[in-house]
Amino acid sequence: MSKIKFIEASGAEHVVEAKDGQSVMQAAMDNLVPGIVAECGGFANCATCHVYVDEAWGAKVPPPEPNEKDMIDCAFHVQPNSRLSCQITVTPALDGMVVRLPISQTGE
Amino acid sequence: MRENVVIVGAGQAGGELATGLRQRGFSGSITLVGDEDHPPYQRPPLSKGFLMGKIPQEGLYLKPHETYGRFDITLRLRTRVESIDRASKHAVLSDGSRLPYDKLALATGGHARRLSLPGIDVGRLENVFSLRSIADVESLRGAFVPGRRLVIIGGGYVGLEIAAVAAQLGLNVTLLEAAPRLLARVTGPEVSAFIEGVHRSHGVQFRLSAEVRGFSLDASQRQAVGVDISCQGVQERIDADLVLVGIGLVPNTGLASAAGLAVDNGIVVDEFACTADPSILAIGDCANQPSAYTGGRIRLESVPNAIEHARVAASTILGQREPSTATPWFWSEQYDLKLQMVGLSSGYERCITRGDPSSKAFSAFYLKGSRILAADVIGRPADFMAAKRLVTGRTPVEPERLADEGIPLAKVAA
Repeated sequence: MSKIKFIEASGAEHVVEAKDGQSVMQAAMDNLVPGIVAECGGFANCATCHVYVDEAWGAKVPPPEPNEKDMIDCAFHVQPNSRLSCQITVTPALDGMVVRLPISQTGE
Repeated sequence: MRENVVIVGAGQAGGELATGLRQRGFSGSITLVGDEDHPPYQRPPLSKGFLMGKIPQEGLYLKPHETYGRFDITLRLRTRVESIDRASKHAVLSDGSRLPYDKLALATGGHARRLSLPGIDVGRLENVFSLRSIADVESLRGAFVPGRRLVIIGGGYVGLEIAAVAAQLGLNVTLLEAAPRLLARVTGPEVSAFIEGVHRSHGVQFRLSAEVRGFSLDASQRQAVGVDISCQGVQERIDADLVLVGIGLVPNTGLASAAGLAVDNGIVVDEFACTADPSILAIGDCANQPSAYTGGRIRLESVPNAIEHARVAASTILGQREPSTATPWFWSEQYDLKLQMVGLSSGYERCITRGDPSSKAFSAFYLKGSRILAADVIGRPADFMAAKRLVTGRTPVEPERLADEGIPLAKVAA
């Protein structure tokens, strides 16, 4: 188990217990964290589980595959630390990770 | 007073409504009634990774069992709602109990359309399958043996996804399609031809414009050993060890009609997911709703629609009114191809492609005038994201620029 902190665009914080091996997106789903839609169920098809990985954790997360990168490039509210949370696997190294949520997954 | 919400159908729409209500602070009771053994699960992987054996059953569950308990959502699985008593506002369950409701949401989904053949009770045949549920895949698995001859009836996305899995697992696949080309109702000829070519390169055989006339049965009359077709006037029998029927979905509307609610290709609802009875809503695959995208009415069979419609229903139950503005989109996976589709192409005037089909990475844009109605994107995820914006925004484009790969899609607006 690793703790992940989700911070909504409004500032509301949700600290969840994530199972190692599951995706950061699934950890949000299991704990009803608002702001992650996850339409495609975790297959990098929709970019509706977009998060900003906190700077301190960026280097601990493996870089995106080309497909994820392409999806993110054209997602909404993109920043340099944008990732699809369905493509980040929870490991003990990520215990304590902080991710922030965009103001919307589906529009400007 | 604590409000009671009863959700009929524990599929993706029903599950999303239940958890969405809690996420948004609903404090009443929520009961989710489903007739399967499972908590709400994802269906798209059933004909892809789950059939292939790459995803475990629990990997399909949208949330683990314990999440529902933790958020005070009562899951009544293996239970059917038999009828709705609108006068006293109760759902009558298959175990005889009666659940009181203040708001009832019908998220009943649909069932696989059955093949109707004169003189044959297709439902009794042991080696004829459809694929809609985890149980369907489990009953099919034992028959998915390399070398067996699989005949698939129906060249839509489900049939094609199953063909891809079966071909990769080493079955001999023949796919029968009634129309002259694959995916005829949803894509243009360019994409149909491309998909057919990909499948052929994996050994899948096709009979297009094929009319299924009947099955040849074995001596026990319990197994189909061949599918008899008529293909452009030529009669043929396709030998089969197993048959898969993928000819569409029929919405489950029986409960609604028995309760006196309007049904017309789905349960008729307004833009807030309400039926004519203000206490009863309907969402997802089973609902026929007004569409901001088409301007008419629409019934959509898709996960994005289930999620969006559940959001609309949650708003309605919470006393807010937030109609859907979402644009339909879908996805499919076949072999190593990722297909992403946005919009609905019906009524398009011309199709413009971008990229090279032979590289297995191209996009097809369906235009009416200068507006992109829909796009099929294969292996170009950035195109999909850009197309989604152009379709949703009804942005006028310059068609010549669409085809020019040197111009970023973000800059094709007129």
